[in-house]
Amino acid sequence: MRRAFSAATIVAALALAVSACGGGDAGTAAPTQPAATDPAKITGEITWWDTVRPDSEGPTFQALIQDFQAKYPGIKVKYVNVPSDQAQNQFQTAAQAGAGAPDVIRSEVAWTSQFASLGYLQPLEGTRALENETDFLPGPLSSTKYDGKTYAVPQVTDTLALIYNKRLLKEAGHESAPTTVEELKQTALDVKKKTGANGLALNVDSYFLLPFMYGEGGDLLDVQNKKITVNSPENAKAMAAVSDLITSGAAPKPAIQDSYANAMTALKDGKAAMIYNGPWALSEIYQGKEFKDKENLGIAPVPAGSVKAGAPTGGWNLAIYAGSKNLDASYEFVRFMSTSESQAKVAKEISLLPTRVSAYDNPDVQANKDVSVFKPIMETATARPWIPEGGQLFQPLLEGYQSLVGGTVTPEDMLKKVDEQYRGIFKDWS
Amino acid sequence: MALSTGRVNNTARDRAAGADGTRGRGRPPGGLRQGLDRHWYAWAMVAPVILVTALLVGWPLARGVYLSLTDATEANIGRTIGVNVIPSTYEFVWFDNYVAILTSGLFWEKLTWTVVWTVTCVAFHYGLGLGLALLLNRKLRFRSAYRLLLILPWAIPGFVSAFIWRYLYNSDFGVINAMLRAAGLGGVGWLDDPTTAKIAVIAVNVWMGVPFMMVAVLGGLQSIPGELYEAAEVDGATPWQRFCFITIPSLRTVSSTVVLLGTIWTFNMFPVIYLISGGGPGSSTEILVTYAFREAFTGVRDYSNSAAWGVIILLLLVVLAVVYRRSLRKQGEVW
Repeated sequence: MRRAFSAATIVAALALAVSACGGGDAGTAAPTQPAATDPAKITGEITWWDTVRPDSEGPTFQALIQDFQAKYPGIKVKYVNVPSDQAQNQFQTAAQAGAGAPDVIRSEVAWTSQFASLGYLQPLEGTRALENETDFLPGPLSSTKYDGKTYAVPQVTDTLALIYNKRLLKEAGHESAPTTVEELKQTALDVKKKTGANGLALNVDSYFLLPFMYGEGGDLLDVQNKKITVNSPENAKAMAAVSDLITSGAAPKPAIQDSYANAMTALKDGKAAMIYNGPWALSEIYQGKEFKDKENLGIAPVPAGSVKAGAPTGGWNLAIYAGSKNLDASYEFVRFMSTSESQAKVAKEISLLPTRVSAYDNPDVQANKDVSVFKPIMETATARPWIPEGGQLFQPLLEGYQSLVGGTVTPEDMLKKVDEQYRGIFKDWS
Repeated sequence: MALSTGRVNNTARDRAAGADGTRGRGRPPGGLRQGLDRHWYAWAMVAPVILVTALLVGWPLARGVYLSLTDATEANIGRTIGVNVIPSTYEFVWFDNYVAILTSGLFWEKLTWTVVWTVTCVAFHYGLGLGLALLLNRKLRFRSAYRLLLILPWAIPGFVSAFIWRYLYNSDFGVINAMLRAAGLGGVGWLDDPTTAKIAVIAVNVWMGVPFMMVAVLGGLQSIPGELYEAAEVDGATPWQRFCFITIPSLRTVSSTVVLLGTIWTFNMFPVIYLISGGGPGSSTEILVTYAFREAFTGVRDYSNSAAWGVIILLLLVVLAVVYRRSLRKQGEVW
C-alpha cells in the first residue's frame, strides 16, 4: 500500500504541472437579441478593457466615460486598464472560456482579424455602433474587416516617425532631421562626436524593423499571391543597413531586454538624440527632463531607404465581444467613443491621431501641434495585411533581430531562418 | 550527483527488487472487499479528498492527454459565442504531435539546455545550502539574525525577485553595470548575449533556491546526535573524516528528498526564465516549460501541440522520480 501511494503521490504532484496546459471548449451562452429601443433608455453595466498607459493617457479616457454616463444615465461603464502587451492574451483566454471577457475591448489593428476569425467578436453591420462609415480613414477602416464583415470601429491610428532632440541635433550642426538612412547614420555619428550623447537609440522589436524593410521596398508577405517574401534581397539590404548603424557606432549596441523602455529613457534624459516611435509615446516623452520645453522635441517622417520612406500603419479599434450580455449598451458606448467630438477631445489632450477625416477639421485638433505634425507623416504609413496569422509573424522576426544585434548571424542567415519559421505558419504558401 | 548514483545502482537494485516485489504483491484477491468491509468508515472519510483530487488533477490531466492526441487549436474547437457559431472540426491524430516534437532538433536543443540548467542550479543550491547550513549550525553571535537574512530571498515572491533582478541586470541603467562602470570596467549586456544570459538566469535561480536547501539541511544537521561526533573525536577522527563519515551519511534522508524536490522545481522553474530573459536572446534561454507556454499562447493557440509538450515534460519527470526513488530504496531510504 505504501508503495502504491507514494508512486501515486509523485504522479499527482507532477500532474499539476501539466494540468494548466489543457484547454476546454467553452460555454454555450447564446443571449437573445432584445428589440431596439430608445438609446437613452438603455440600462446595464458594461466592462471596457482599455490598453493605454494608465498615468499619461488613462485620465482622458476616464473623463470621456464620465461624459458618456452623463448622456446615458442608465448605463454604467466599468473601466479596466489592461497593459497593451497582455490584453491580447487575456482576452483570448477569457473569450474562449466564455467567462470574464469584457463587453468592449480596445483591440490593436493586427489583433482584430485574429479575434474575428476565432468568432470572438460581434459583427457590427446595421448596428448603432457603426456610424457614418465613409468618414473613417481607409487604412484604419480596412483593419476592421474580416471575411467581408465589419468587426470593429477604428479608434485611433498611428505610425512610426523619427522623434528627435532638437538641441542635440543643433549642437551637432544639423538644423533639420535626416531624411534618408544614410543621413541618419551621419547625423548620429556627428551627435556622438560633438555632444557625447548617443546619436540613435534602437528598439529591438520586430515592428520597429519594418520601416527599414519598407524603405528598401521589401515586405514580410505578399498576401495576394500567397507568397512569403521575407527572405528577399531588399530585406537583406535593409538588415545590413540596421547592422551597419550598430557596428559603425551611430547607434550603441541596444539592450535586448527592456529595449523599448531603455530607448525611451535615453531620449528623455538626453542620452540619445533620436529614436523611432509613434504618437502614443509623446505624452510619456514630454514627462522627460529634456522636453520640459515641448519645443525641443522634433518629429519627422522615418528616414527613407533607397526606394521610399515607409512605416507600418498601427492603431487601435474598439470591438465588442460576441458573448456580451449588454450588446445594446456596448453599441452605444462604441458609437459615443468614436464620434468626431470624442476623437477630437482625445487628440487635443493626449495627441492620439483621430481615425475620422472630419475630426481633423476640428479647431482643437488643428491647434494641437503634434497631431498636425503627424498628419502628413501618416501619408507614409503603409497598410499591413490584416490576416489572422498576423500576430504570429513578429516572434520569429524578433528572434532574428536579437541575434542580428548580437552579431551572431549575417543578415542573409537571419532572414533565412525567419523564412523557415514563416513556412511553418503558412504551410501551403510559396 | 544524485542522478548518476541512481543510474549506476539501478541494475544491482533491480535484482534485489524482484524478491521484494513478489512479497509485497502476494495478497489474496479478496483483500479489497475484505478491506472495504472492515474499513468502510475510513474509505468514506477519504472519499471527498479522492473526489476533489480526481476533479482538480485527474480531469485536466486526462483532458490534456486527450488533446495531445488530436490536432485541436483555438480555431477548430467548437463553440458558440453570441451569434457566432464555430463548428468543431478537430480530429484524432494519435501520436503525430509527439512524433513531430521528438523528431525536431528544437526539442533536443531545449532539453539539453533544460538539463544543464537543472543540474547546475541544483548542484549550486545543494552545495551552497550545505555550506551555509554548516556555518550556521555552530554557535556564533547574531546567529538568528544571519539565519533571518539568509532566508529572505525565499520569503520574497518569485515574480518580485525576478523583476528586481531584471532591473539589476539592465544593460544601460542597471545597478550591476553601474558598479562595473564605476570600477572602471565596461558594462556587460547581461541579458543580450546567450552565454551571459544563461549565467544570469542561473545566478538568480541559485539566489532564490539556496535558502530552502539551507533550512532543510540545517534541520537535518540539528537532528544528528552530538555523541557521534564526540565518539569520533575520541577515536581521533579528523574534522574532514567526521564530515565524510558522520555528517554526510546522516543527512542522506533529508538530502535525497530536497534534491528531488529541487530538481522538479528547477526543471519547471517558469517565472525566472519567463520574467527575466523572456527566453531570449533569440530563444537561447528557453527551457521546456517556457517553450510549451509560448507554443500555447502565441497567436492562434495550439492546444494539441502544447498539451503534447506538457505530457512529454510530465513523463520525463515521472521517469526521473521513479528511477531516483528506486535507487534510494536500494540504499534503505524510506519516504
